[in-house]
Amino acid sequence: MKSAVLAALSALNSCPMQPNITVRLQRELFDAAAEAAQLTRGRSDVGALVQFTGICRGAEEGEPIAALTLEHYPGMAEAEIERHVGEALARWPLMGVTVIHRYGRLSPGEPIVLVIAASSHRAAAFAAAEFLMDYLKTRAPFWKQVETANAANWVDAKATDDAAAERWRERDDAAE
Amino acid sequence: MKIRYFAWVRERVGKPEEEITVPSEIGTVAELIAWLSKRGEEYAYAFERPGVIRAAIDRVHVKPQAAISGASEIAFFPPMTGG
Repeated sequence: MKSAVLAALSALNSCPMQPNITVRLQRELFDAAAEAAQLTRGRSDVGALVQFTGICRGAEEGEPIAALTLEHYPGMAEAEIERHVGEALARWPLMGVTVIHRYGRLSPGEPIVLVIAASSHRAAAFAAAEFLMDYLKTRAPFWKQVETANAANWVDAKATDDAAAERWRERDDAAE
Repeated sequence: MKIRYFAWVRERVGKPEEEITVPSEIGTVAELIAWLSKRGEEYAYAFERPGVIRAAIDRVHVKPQAAISGASEIAFFPPMTGG
């Protein structure tokens, strides 16, 4: 009887917790520290937390930015981000992932996007955060429009971003 | 079929979305772009460089050769600049 109880307790202790996943789109500012605390709350299995914040710059090619407007495809944006979070969870041993992406009219200095990846060791946390950002840059349906004193121009997608996303596919192929 | 437009594609077409009856002979996304281009000047302008246009069917990225049959919603947009 006693050994059965001990065996059950032992199983509970070694049973891994499910990863904490948060994917959110919002207009409002986010609190990165609060999100990181939320991700790790009640867990003792996180040894590495990598947190990336994308920020609206103050100038574009030397010209001061008045505002940055992010248009998005509601429904698809969340679904795409969730798909990539799912891919990150399949590729790396992660205890949690948080992605928060803002939309609407943002001001210079404000955060645009937050990516947090938690793992037991740092390699997975760093890789997952970079992977998610590379995919957010190229596959998440958002479009930026920069407002300067004289004009409002749509930002062009960058070939370097496509190349960055592509190398995750090559790594995958190379692994096979 | 609902067609949605985003960013400068939306600006050029002049509307964010519309309901269109697509002729049954239009089979793929590429053929739909070619067909839409003939609807008016604003469409021709929006799709003047079809190679730059990206598409999603029912909120999933698709290539130009993807079949459109069965789609409820098709979206056209420029390369994305999120993150």
